[in-house]
Amino acid sequence: MSFVFWVFAVLTVAGALAAVLLKNTVHCALALTVAFAGLALLFLDLDAQFAGFAQILVYIGAVAILVVFAILLTRGSETPKDGVFSKNWFVGLVIAAGVFAVFAWAVLASAKALPGPEGTPAATPEVTVAQIGQALIGRYVLPLEIVALLLTAALIGAVIVAMDEKERAR
Amino acid sequence: MFDFLDQIFVLLKHSLVGFFPLWMQPVVSVLISVVVIICLFPALFALTTVLERKGLGRIQNRIGPNRTGPFGILQPIADGIKSLTKEDIVPSSADGAVHFLAPIVLVVAVFMGFAVLPMGRNMTLVQMDAGLLFFFAIGASTELSVFMAGWSSRNKYSLLGAMRAVAQMISYEVPLLMSSVAVVMITGSLSLGKIVEAQNHYSWGLPHWYIFTPWGLAGFLMYAIAATAETNRSPFDLPEGESELVAGYHTEYSGFKFALFFLGEYLAMLSISGLGTTLFLGGWSAPLEALNWVPSWIWFFSKLMLSICVFIWLRGTLPRLRQDQLMNFAWKFVLPYTLLILMVTALWRFLGPGWQQWVYCSAILIFAYIAMARMGMRREHFGPRKYRYAE
Repeated sequence: MSFVFWVFAVLTVAGALAAVLLKNTVHCALALTVAFAGLALLFLDLDAQFAGFAQILVYIGAVAILVVFAILLTRGSETPKDGVFSKNWFVGLVIAAGVFAVFAWAVLASAKALPGPEGTPAATPEVTVAQIGQALIGRYVLPLEIVALLLTAALIGAVIVAMDEKERAR
Repeated sequence: MFDFLDQIFVLLKHSLVGFFPLWMQPVVSVLISVVVIICLFPALFALTTVLERKGLGRIQNRIGPNRTGPFGILQPIADGIKSLTKEDIVPSSADGAVHFLAPIVLVVAVFMGFAVLPMGRNMTLVQMDAGLLFFFAIGASTELSVFMAGWSSRNKYSLLGAMRAVAQMISYEVPLLMSSVAVVMITGSLSLGKIVEAQNHYSWGLPHWYIFTPWGLAGFLMYAIAATAETNRSPFDLPEGESELVAGYHTEYSGFKFALFFLGEYLAMLSISGLGTTLFLGGWSAPLEALNWVPSWIWFFSKLMLSICVFIWLRGTLPRLRQDQLMNFAWKFVLPYTLLILMVTALWRFLGPGWQQWVYCSAILIFAYIAMARMGMRREHFGPRKYRYAE
């Protein structure tokens, strides 16, 4: 746990907290972007270049933009009168804690599964972008194709929804 | 001697770093490179503004700025002093923090793109394995700053400009990425240094730049179109269409914050030209084998400034597009065509060297271009003009 890790971790957590606690919706979206950027920096700190840059490209370049677009196109960014907190926040908290516990369990269990001498932390494998590409096209080609099919279906669906509206307007 | 001139900046940096104790050297070395980049590119920006105003003036049959200094070359200094001394006005209903942060985010993000560009032999700030990916990841975050500027100003023109800019940048980012992927497919590496090395070969004294292959030429043209749109340059300058939106997303910025937006825009133009040079025009390699004695950095910056001149020329020549034309062009022509270029690049790779790859790839690309252009133009009628939106 180096100093750099703590800087990035604090940045990520602060961004995520601000995204939940701020009143203005657009501010929340921008704070969420800070959390995304913090996550990307954490990936880069772990020498995972591809994951880090993909995080920036996809989450800041596309998801955050999509979120602000959705906010702008649907309604104003003003705070609703009855506050931003939902009444059943406690249930949300329980669900979030449950998801976090599952993830934490998975991460901690996978650390043991990595090959390495007993008792010592497993050596981090060197992963290059080329290796990731080969794994995607070789071993994991079926999941990749399934995701591609799903995205294509979503794209066609979106186009059909948009086309329908256009025809009704005429 | 030639080697010395070629490596002069690298040697200079090494001798400067030598003055510091050993534990400081890595930090100092990076710091020197960063300072050089931060000084050099704004200087190029100043040069570009003069070039642009003079060039546009000539294209429009005017003289252009000629009052400050000989031939008006001190104009950027006067502009800088003017914007520094101007009052910084923030609208009272603006969102203070976001309004303040937007230009900073833009300039920081744009400057980071220069970190991976190979500006000469051994002249890259960060030798990164995934350099191209880094460049695009950083470029994607400039969109957010444009949105921040437009939204925080609380001005309808700013917001409309920001919406247009973000929509345009998202639409043209896809072809920009796709046309670069063709280069990655041939080179087999995301590292910009390796991409330049792969093009730095000569046969019969002529270079193996990617622009001299069918897929490379088509890819370069698509890259140039997408890059022009990505940097909001004319003919894709709808986000700042001054006849419609005052100045687009930076309407409510004044003084040095406006200058920062101006700087960010031109730096984005410089960096995207630098990337185009690296990907398709051979980066720092010489255009003829006989000219290899000229230092590599001279070639990089000549190609960079040449692309800037083309940008200026385009701005002086082409009229602005309409919003629906812009979107139709992106999604119905540029994107399908870049996808086709990807296929053709794969074909080029598998056909292997020989005359077949030249004939087949050129034939497919030309045929597809003509067919798509015909299909796109079929619905257009050239007759008395009918106004659809402004009756």
